[in-house]
Amino acid sequence: MEDITSLSLKQMDALREIGNIGAGNAATALSQLLNKRIDMTVPRVSVLPLEKVPDVLGGPENIVAGIFLRVLGNAPGSVMFMLPRNSALVLVDMLLGKEIGSTKMLNDIDQSALKEIGNILAGSYLNALSMLTTLTLLPSVPALAFDMLGAILSVVLAELGQVGDYALVIETEFSETNKEVKGHFFLIPDPGSLNIILKAIGVSADGE
Amino acid sequence: MESKIVRVGIADLKTAKAPDLVVTLGLGSCVGITFYDAKTKIGGLAHIMLPDSKQARSGNINPAKFADTAVPVIINELDKLGVNKSRLVVKIAGGAQMFSFMGTDDRMRIGERNTEAVKLALKIEGLRISGEDTGGNYGRSMELNLDTGKVSIKTIDKGVKEL
Repeated sequence: MEDITSLSLKQMDALREIGNIGAGNAATALSQLLNKRIDMTVPRVSVLPLEKVPDVLGGPENIVAGIFLRVLGNAPGSVMFMLPRNSALVLVDMLLGKEIGSTKMLNDIDQSALKEIGNILAGSYLNALSMLTTLTLLPSVPALAFDMLGAILSVVLAELGQVGDYALVIETEFSETNKEVKGHFFLIPDPGSLNIILKAIGVSADGE
Repeated sequence: MESKIVRVGIADLKTAKAPDLVVTLGLGSCVGITFYDAKTKIGGLAHIMLPDSKQARSGNINPAKFADTAVPVIINELDKLGVNKSRLVVKIAGGAQMFSFMGTDDRMRIGERNTEAVKLALKIEGLRISGEDTGGNYGRSMELNLDTGKVSIKTIDKGVKEL
């Protein structure tokens, strides 16, 4: 029986640790890519009512770039790397070696650069998770949207809404040292996948 | 009388009367449905997330989450406020496909399925849609002005337009 509202402290801790290891790996990848120091927060593991998720993440009408990937394999889910509008533009400048502040709109090349970032981050995050859990977890092709936060999240929320009214969100905040680029990385397991992950790391509720 | 803004969240529905504004922000694959009676200046807005409550895998459902349950529930609430169904002007917006690679997967065509389900639910109630802005790959905010009955749609690229 899967009920994300009744996770034990031990299970929440284990999920936080998963987020920590995954995001740590992803932060290293980003740091190497940009040749800049990347700081990250201790992951926040929250179980939220679906309708609260857009507010908690910054407000439904905030304009953000969302890079979305499906997690394929033993424990399917969604991965989202979300950056506020300005951070996304500065990140593009850094990646493509342009003067900071010169990108105002995303052209095709900028968009594919951002998707590639999502790809690399999700790949390193999932790699770390695979090693830890011995589950096969592979990222899908990335997709990018530059729009209202609520609209971007609706895709993931609809998926979760089919089974319940709550979302389990494992969230890490990244920032580049000068705070010009900030982003949030989310892992949102599909219904059913949470038990598989918990079991793989030995904190299953059934004690199997 | 001072007007206030009544905010409708995801999987939520609310009714209000003039001079209030009813708004819902950041519709993506979700669909917003506005209902308005010009005679009483009472109306409502539902923000549904999924097409069909029969597919819900949990027993205790929130009716505002699904197209097939939200429509009759809000019509009933409006009826209690003295609004006859026959006078309702209905407009819909949303049902976008936010990420393009999802076209291949039926589960990911959620926006389109939501729009279809809303149309079906309205048809069952015998209601005609008099304004629609659905589909595409972008988010929308929707606002119903209960004083004028005007419904406006805001997007980040195309600004504000009236339905």
